[in-house]
Amino acid sequence: MRFGVVVFPGTNCEMDTYHALTQVLGQDASYVWHQDRDLDRYDAVVLAGGFSYGDYLRTGAIARFSPVMNSVAEFAAAGKLVIGICNGFQILCEVGLLPGALQRNAHLQFRCDWTSLRVENAGTAFTGSCSAGQVLRVPVNHGEGNYFADPETLAELNQNHQVLFRYCDPDGSVTPGASPNGSLENIAGIMNTAGNVMGLMPHPERACETILGSADGRYIFESVISHLTGRAARV
Amino acid sequence: MLFKAEVKVTLKKGVLDPQGSAVEGAVKALGYSGVPQVRIGKFIEVWVEGASEDAAREMVQELGKKILSNPVMETFTFSLAPSSDRLVPAVGATETATRTGVK
Repeated sequence: MRFGVVVFPGTNCEMDTYHALTQVLGQDASYVWHQDRDLDRYDAVVLAGGFSYGDYLRTGAIARFSPVMNSVAEFAAAGKLVIGICNGFQILCEVGLLPGALQRNAHLQFRCDWTSLRVENAGTAFTGSCSAGQVLRVPVNHGEGNYFADPETLAELNQNHQVLFRYCDPDGSVTPGASPNGSLENIAGIMNTAGNVMGLMPHPERACETILGSADGRYIFESVISHLTGRAARV
Repeated sequence: MLFKAEVKVTLKKGVLDPQGSAVEGAVKALGYSGVPQVRIGKFIEVWVEGASEDAAREMVQELGKKILSNPVMETFTFSLAPSSDRLVPAVGATETATRTGVK
């Protein structure tokens, strides 16, 4: 499958993402510069992590107006898969492809650490290779990952099973202490109602090889690949 | 005609403000009482060219909604007045604008 990895000025996780997709998972991938508009040749698009436009004004606030984002919106509207990792998640929220917003971490500190994620919905294009309740070990690296949404939006997310990952203890219990950022209801990753746009704060691309401490991030990418190819999951 | 808008972006009521809480804690630590709450927002100066004050206001309103604030968690207010400021680009400003290439 062919992945487009979107790069804005200040993005810094594109090479990790590219490496995971091509070297580890054996997929085709290429970088998409923020001024490009043509996404036709891609099966899925990944907005990589980093600090687009220096996080000026708000995280993702300026990147969302880049030319490529119109194409990403069209791509999503056509039902194709869009994944936003970390800053990519923040951009998808800013542009309105995902509900809510990412706020400053409740303790005001930047967090670069391993987290455990509980898979809340294993019946999606992004989690099909996981089992419900499975705990994935994936690192976070952010200062503004504190998910916020108004009570109505939050209720809708829960009702439609749009919350895909919550921060949890290694045994899978969702406790306030397990959240690295004070996120509402320990939310780490969500998808849109159509089920084709997903954003998450943790970095699955940094957890695709055991030498890096965990290969659990592969579950997420393998889910996407399986969904696209229509073949059974293999992780 | 040139106008200057002073835009205040604040967090909506009920939205947690970790920065405000931290400053509030520091104020209390300094020994001040009678400061029940501190909340932090943004102050943005925007100069706009407009045919009339109404047109300029309309533009600032639109900018506030579109980019200066995130309506999910913030609200904004602004005041606007004719400006006789002579705008001089800050050092390096053109360079940055060219590099980011946002249109």
